[in-house]
Amino acid sequence: MSVSSVTSGPRRGWRSLSTWIGAVIVGVAAICAIFAPLLVPHDPFAQDLGKRLLVPFWMEGSDPSHVLGTDQLGRDYLSRLIYGCRISMLIGVTVSVVSGLIGITLGVLGGFLGGRVDDAVLFAITTRLSIPVVLVALAVVGLLGSSMTLLVLTLGLLLWDRFAVVARSTTMQVRNLDFVAAAWCAGCSRFRILIGEVLPNIASHLVVVATLEIALAILLEAALSFLGLGVPPPLPSWGLMIAEAKDYMFFSPWVIVIPGVALFVLVMGINLLGDGLRDLLGARSAP
Amino acid sequence: MSTLLEIEQLEVEFGRTAAVRGASLTVERGETHCLVGESGCGKSVTALSVMNLLARGARRRARRLAFEGLDLPGLSESGMAHLRGNAMAMIFQEPMTSLNPAYTVGSQMTEVLRRHKRASRRTALDRAADLLARVGITAPGLRLGQFPHQLSGGLRQRVMIAMALMCEPRLLIADEPTTALDVTVQAQILRLLASLQRDLGLGMLLITHDLGIVARVAHRVSVMYAGEVVESAATAELFANPRHPYTQGLLRCVPVPGRIKRDEPLGSIPGTVPRIGPGFEGCAFRERCGFGDETCHQAIPRHAAGPTHEFLCRLPA
Amino acid sequence: MNAIEVKGVRKTFRLKGGLLGADRHVVAVDDVSFAVPTGGVLGIVGESGCGKSTLARLILGLLEPDAGEIAIEGQRVTDMDRRARARLIQPVFQDPFASLNPLARVRDIVAMPLKAQGDLPTHEIAKRVDDMLSRVGLSKEMGQRLPAELSGGQRQRVAIARALVLRPRIVVCDEPTSALDVSVQAQILNLLAELRRDLGLTYLFISHNLAVVEHVASDVAVMYLGRFVERAPTESLFRAPEHPYTKALLASVLTPEPGLGVPDVGLGETLPDPADIPLGCRFHPRCPIAEPRCAVETPPLKPRPTGGVECLLAS
Repeated sequence: MSVSSVTSGPRRGWRSLSTWIGAVIVGVAAICAIFAPLLVPHDPFAQDLGKRLLVPFWMEGSDPSHVLGTDQLGRDYLSRLIYGCRISMLIGVTVSVVSGLIGITLGVLGGFLGGRVDDAVLFAITTRLSIPVVLVALAVVGLLGSSMTLLVLTLGLLLWDRFAVVARSTTMQVRNLDFVAAAWCAGCSRFRILIGEVLPNIASHLVVVATLEIALAILLEAALSFLGLGVPPPLPSWGLMIAEAKDYMFFSPWVIVIPGVALFVLVMGINLLGDGLRDLLGARSAP
Repeated sequence: MSTLLEIEQLEVEFGRTAAVRGASLTVERGETHCLVGESGCGKSVTALSVMNLLARGARRRARRLAFEGLDLPGLSESGMAHLRGNAMAMIFQEPMTSLNPAYTVGSQMTEVLRRHKRASRRTALDRAADLLARVGITAPGLRLGQFPHQLSGGLRQRVMIAMALMCEPRLLIADEPTTALDVTVQAQILRLLASLQRDLGLGMLLITHDLGIVARVAHRVSVMYAGEVVESAATAELFANPRHPYTQGLLRCVPVPGRIKRDEPLGSIPGTVPRIGPGFEGCAFRERCGFGDETCHQAIPRHAAGPTHEFLCRLPA
Repeated sequence: MNAIEVKGVRKTFRLKGGLLGADRHVVAVDDVSFAVPTGGVLGIVGESGCGKSTLARLILGLLEPDAGEIAIEGQRVTDMDRRARARLIQPVFQDPFASLNPLARVRDIVAMPLKAQGDLPTHEIAKRVDDMLSRVGLSKEMGQRLPAELSGGQRQRVAIARALVLRPRIVVCDEPTSALDVSVQAQILNLLAELRRDLGLTYLFISHNLAVVEHVASDVAVMYLGRFVERAPTESLFRAPEHPYTKALLASVLTPEPGLGVPDVGLGETLPDPADIPLGCRFHPRCPIAEPRCAVETPPLKPRPTGGVECLLAS
């Protein structure tokens, strides 16, 4: 029994409260995202200028048909929040998928093949790291106009570096293990070794990166939308909602606080779930 | 008082696994007591229990656990910290991971002396150089300034031993100190430990799985299996007259060069070590023993087979 | 025809020196030549840094030699494609924890070489896997388990099953029992011996444990800093070793005989460094009987009826 196995503490996993909290938050967000049209009490785009800036239910004078009040154009806030959740989740997941595909492919190929391929991958990563992400995203959207597709592509093509770095280093660790050598001696093709032996054993680390990237993409999109260069209005992105509420901040603070809190809770939930998933998946794998 | 370490009925549990289920042994001044067993028997956990270096979540109980008469479980963490590295020292198996790669040999060695004896840096460095020379390292001044990765495995282990001796400990616990080393280096390290013991009057608790080391180095031996000490005796007595079936089986398994017949299969013990949960009664070796019967499911008495020879078995002589 | 023929193989590694140091060259295998007859067992012993694992990897095709030729059953290794080589030679590695994919079930681990060949129907693969599992003493039920649920000895059996499922001619065992408990070691060694007889295999058996090698091998080669310094049939090597390093190795073995103390092997304090191989005889800095000329002249191979020794002072 090695000393390190004796002195390391218990791992988290299904028994951990934080994982459950994360799972619940992400679960609720996923339901909102998928079933948004069925869940919203009102049409999030319907304006009603007679009912502007109604207060939410915990304040006096609230309207029971608008639980979280309305914004400056009379649009129901709860409905906009739910739709905003859909946008955030959609952007978060699709950006992660795009950047994940790029980053993992590059990282695994570089880590496994070594030599010149690895040199090229490292060069690509270094180049990417020297690009200022937010400025490039702003420039692209500013030049080409804002749309969901463009935003997803831009962010996806910019946020793959962490995937690549983690995929590369974990692949390099696994590549040296005897079971990979055994697969080589058994005549397995490189492709088969990558898919069957290497990838499953690095998956847990990539899951953690994916959750970080989803959270990052969501925050970036909110920031870009806040600046008016993200998701185009009238789509109720939380960032846009915060931007629009800026002018009413001191009179109707809930208009800015609600989407801010929602953003915070969602990102935290994703990170908590990611930690729990890493412990669950990573308990058995190689590195 | 010449009994340095007394362990009586030590029990250690991690969650639902009982790693140690009643180990007892003593180490006297100037004596090497070997604790021998295979993986999972609890020997390393026993050593870590003495130094209270177990993981969080480990529960340790003992009828008596004393160093020079001082009750160890009763000490606070700072009380234990005062003893560790000072009167009681420990060396580990993997010299690669036991030394901090970010600090020079000199700074790691002097840290111990400066912490416990409040020595000045100069005094500590001088003593470190002394000890490096004592453990057979040439050019000690050069080595003090080097980092662990610049040294080979054998050198690192010598540095570990020297570091353990900085504060003139009275008890040295060595957990598989030569397992990771080449066989020629192993012989050198063991000779070094034996000579240091003679010169300094150290008591040594040496943990190993290698019966060859036990035979050549130990004064007394305790054999552990599945968390219990199943047999203990003076070395010569144990090898001449092993009483516990596990000890007998183990001795049959060790091939001796020069006496090996190629076509005969080597001795082995069929089966594998069982996992023991709480509430286990009886002999843990009964599935693999070959001699047992139903009485082996009940509590096993301890027999004496000589003035210093004890074993845990129901079977008649 | 010999099962394995190695001629003049060299392998050097370059260790990058980092920012301030120069690159160092580690000569892991230095002009090694030998042959293993079909059905034989060649044991290779040596300590860390001697190059035995590198030699094993060269023969298995995991590394490419810088010079020399390796032939398996008469065919040059460089001419073979990997799948053909897989049908001839397979490894059993040392660490039962690292040599099995922790996420794959035992059945899939053993089936992998068969699937890699690509031309066997599924039911045939399943049949061979079952057959192999029972041959190595594992129950069918164990096929569904993950490696973490098995003991070290059981894992090594899985590794052996995987190595033999393609019915290779040669198995390269790189310290197959060094990480196992001694009571289990013998189980695995006995299994390897039995399989060799039943399947007509040739073994290349690498170990630092001399007693194990004595039991298993018909011939033994002693490796030091990249070269074979002595080679002889097992019995003569252990009874009458000629090279001083072989003698030192044998003297260092601690037999379980009480009262004999720890031997003084007499090798001195210098340690072998494969990046800095001494001139002349590579063993001379540690040799207890070294003479001045040993630091200057490289010892030639002095052949013996079945083997040889490289020492200036051997007759």
